[in-house]
Amino acid sequence: MGEHHHGPAQGISRWLFTTNHKDIGTMYLWFSFAMFLLGGFFAMVIRAELFQPGMQLVEPGFFNQMTTLHGLVMVFGAIMPSFVGLANWLIPMMIGAPDMALPRMNNWSFWILPPAFLMLASTLFMEGGAPAFGWTFYAPLSTTYAAPSVTFFIFAIHILGVSSIMGSINIIATVMNMRAPGMTYMKMPLFVWTWLITAFLLVAVMPVLAGAVTMMLMDIHFGTSFFSAAGGGDPVLFQHIFWFFGHPEVYIIILPAFGVVSQIIPAFSRKPLFGYASMVYATASIAFLSFIVWAHHMYTVGMPIAGELFFMYATMLIAVPTGVKVFNWISTMWRGALSFETPMLFCIGFLILFTLGGFTGLMLSIAPADFQYHDTYFVVAHFHYVMVAGAVFSMTAAVYYWLPKWCGRMYNEAMGKTHFWISFIGFNITFFPQHFVGLAGMPRRIPDYALQFADFNMMSSIGAFIYGASQLLFLYNVIATIVAGKPVSDEKVWDGAEGLEWTVPTPAPYHTFEEPPAVPKPAGTI
Amino acid sequence: MGRVFSGAVLAFLSPLAAAQNQVNMSPGVTEIGADIFELHMLIMWICVVIGVAVFAVMFYSIYAHRKSKGHQASQFHESTKVEVAWTVVPFLILIAMAVPATSTLLEVYDNDEAGLDILITGYQWKWKYEYLDETSEPVAFFSNLATSQEEIYNTDEKGDNYLLEVDEPLVIPTNTKVRFLVTANDVIHSWWVPEIAVKRDAIPGFINEAWTRVPEEGIYRGQCTELCGAYHGFMPVEVHAVSRDEFDAWMAAKRGAAAAQTQLAMQTLSVDHLMDQGKAVYDSACLACHGAQGQGGIGNAIAGSAVVMGDLSNHMAVVAKGVSGTAMQAFGGQLNDVEMAAVLTYQRNAFGNNTGDVVQPGDVNGMKNG
Repeated sequence: MGEHHHGPAQGISRWLFTTNHKDIGTMYLWFSFAMFLLGGFFAMVIRAELFQPGMQLVEPGFFNQMTTLHGLVMVFGAIMPSFVGLANWLIPMMIGAPDMALPRMNNWSFWILPPAFLMLASTLFMEGGAPAFGWTFYAPLSTTYAAPSVTFFIFAIHILGVSSIMGSINIIATVMNMRAPGMTYMKMPLFVWTWLITAFLLVAVMPVLAGAVTMMLMDIHFGTSFFSAAGGGDPVLFQHIFWFFGHPEVYIIILPAFGVVSQIIPAFSRKPLFGYASMVYATASIAFLSFIVWAHHMYTVGMPIAGELFFMYATMLIAVPTGVKVFNWISTMWRGALSFETPMLFCIGFLILFTLGGFTGLMLSIAPADFQYHDTYFVVAHFHYVMVAGAVFSMTAAVYYWLPKWCGRMYNEAMGKTHFWISFIGFNITFFPQHFVGLAGMPRRIPDYALQFADFNMMSSIGAFIYGASQLLFLYNVIATIVAGKPVSDEKVWDGAEGLEWTVPTPAPYHTFEEPPAVPKPAGTI
Repeated sequence: MGRVFSGAVLAFLSPLAAAQNQVNMSPGVTEIGADIFELHMLIMWICVVIGVAVFAVMFYSIYAHRKSKGHQASQFHESTKVEVAWTVVPFLILIAMAVPATSTLLEVYDNDEAGLDILITGYQWKWKYEYLDETSEPVAFFSNLATSQEEIYNTDEKGDNYLLEVDEPLVIPTNTKVRFLVTANDVIHSWWVPEIAVKRDAIPGFINEAWTRVPEEGIYRGQCTELCGAYHGFMPVEVHAVSRDEFDAWMAAKRGAAAAQTQLAMQTLSVDHLMDQGKAVYDSACLACHGAQGQGGIGNAIAGSAVVMGDLSNHMAVVAKGVSGTAMQAFGGQLNDVEMAAVLTYQRNAFGNNTGDVVQPGDVNGMKNG
């Protein structure tokens, strides 16, 4: 395969001008890991300041810059691009396509990201400091009362949005047009399905986010009053627009993670995914519901009772398709032949901790109880259980699972397992106590706190340092694998792995599926 | 049941944790607080039961269905019956949760027939309380953080109510339905007191309603819960619930003090009086941004400032109207004439500014109208 084709160009131009889905996927993955470390560094500053009551390391204003940038960098820089990278690497290989449908646009959608984040990070050095209004940037704190750097923040968000939209269009075009003959929709691996649905969500809501920041720009520089009551506008309008983007956004983050877990659990259970069709329908239902629940982030803004009730009921409904997914994963494991390599460990970690995050999500959906939970550390604990133990754990599982296929070398299993256990323990020491302080009344986004929260905060900080350090072990393991891992040459690296990506040679050659493969069996069967 | 759970968790953590480490929501002192607490515990226990069942199945599978024990993988992968079951059963459980949730929510929204109306306005970074009364001038005051900078910056030992104490608390009578009208002056804040289960966003230009009826006398503390800028963590809420008699006496004293201020505004005050009161006003209104020694911080330095040492009417205009596009807010609506005169005098003479200027309440009034 590929003998008449030239390989990659040499030197830096290979990466600058590449249209190869594997190269672009690799760049996305490295970029997102760099952002993960940067956002993690911000988190370490936050936890170091919160280690003890009193102000020790940073000033309150700078603390807010840290929470803001931590959120923005993790959501837009680490998690989202990491899954786009995974999509780039895997979707063509999973559906038997030679590349993405729009390779030049693919190059562009990656290469506009680094300048955008450089610009966002550079706001730290501007007069007045970086954005300090939280990753949710509620007006008017983010408009009338913001530092001048907000304009750069707005521009950065626009670029990220453009990148995401182009990436999504590419994924939709690829999945719709480039499947190998016989690869019908209901035969596609679940990872492809979840990404297809995610891509539609992105195309639908990124323009809404762009609208929100454009209205901010108008309010700041052109004298409009979209979000100012003094000029006939409404600050709450901002929240409606933001969360109309923001709630689908959290499913944009978690749906590809569901896809990853749905690939890996069957492989290490040596048993087909239970309820393939219901998984597809559950994913679609979650995507639909994500558009009609946004105001559950706003129970305390003073909505009319009818609105509160509608959003409460709609939000509670999400538990149904999410529950179906969890039940399906466990049924997949049931009576399988389980083994517990690192990717499987991370998936089981995901399953336990994401489910806990789902439970607290259900509690938060109950509007009257949310009056006590809203904007406390209980919420912080909840969304880190779904974002970190959900999205990040599954992403980590994905790297361990597909890394041997990508580079033809096996990672160090003992080190991988050590990484899992340190992460799992560190994560729980960090975030479990946050449920307690939240319920006891500690608001989020504060740089200093009352004395009764001291012990749990110290625990949380210690856990965060452990969890943070464990990521360096991960980085080391990945680099060591690429440089000097034990070579593997089996096409199927894992005996239980299923799918077209495991039919190409290991490591995956620069060009795969120049001739469409024969699609053997439906994805739901072996 | 809830207490058993909390107890168990506490016992588990006891080597680490002192008794102060609250791990659960407080039922608080109000009926609504108790209802919310029960709802919270109900949902939590349903989640615990489901979680235990689901994880038990998973862990059994992890234990029994291992490849290392030679377990052979079965190949089943579909069952419409169980799929329908685990869609319908959770749906029914959700309905069971929605019923009590709806009725509690309706209670929370029942704002009618209040015995006392209090307008709460969020400012960066303090609360203003106004007791609305159709028959006379409203009693109004600001409530600032009372914790000292020394405690916050670790040079003094931290008190028991560190960051949860204010100079002037909100005082409400017990067993009276008190309605809060909540709004804000600048950015969005949120007024929260966990023990009385009231949390409402304070939104500039809009007024939200909330209410409480506190049955027990006591001091209830809370904090701002919507990010509102640099000192978001430093604008606590302190509510004193007192008997009706005590409340009436307090209210009378407040009205007396307000009348005395009005009297004062018509007099010529001594420099010492102005400087003393000016320092008090400065410490609560200016210090957070301009520094204890007028050295500046978020705001410009007061010591040696051209604005402060320059033309008086310009100085007052900056303090009264703020500087748009900066964190300098308009204090005109927050300070009465006496306080304004005092703080201007103080700024013009403290921190080595020594201009010798004395500003009287009458001057302030004159500049306002002229």
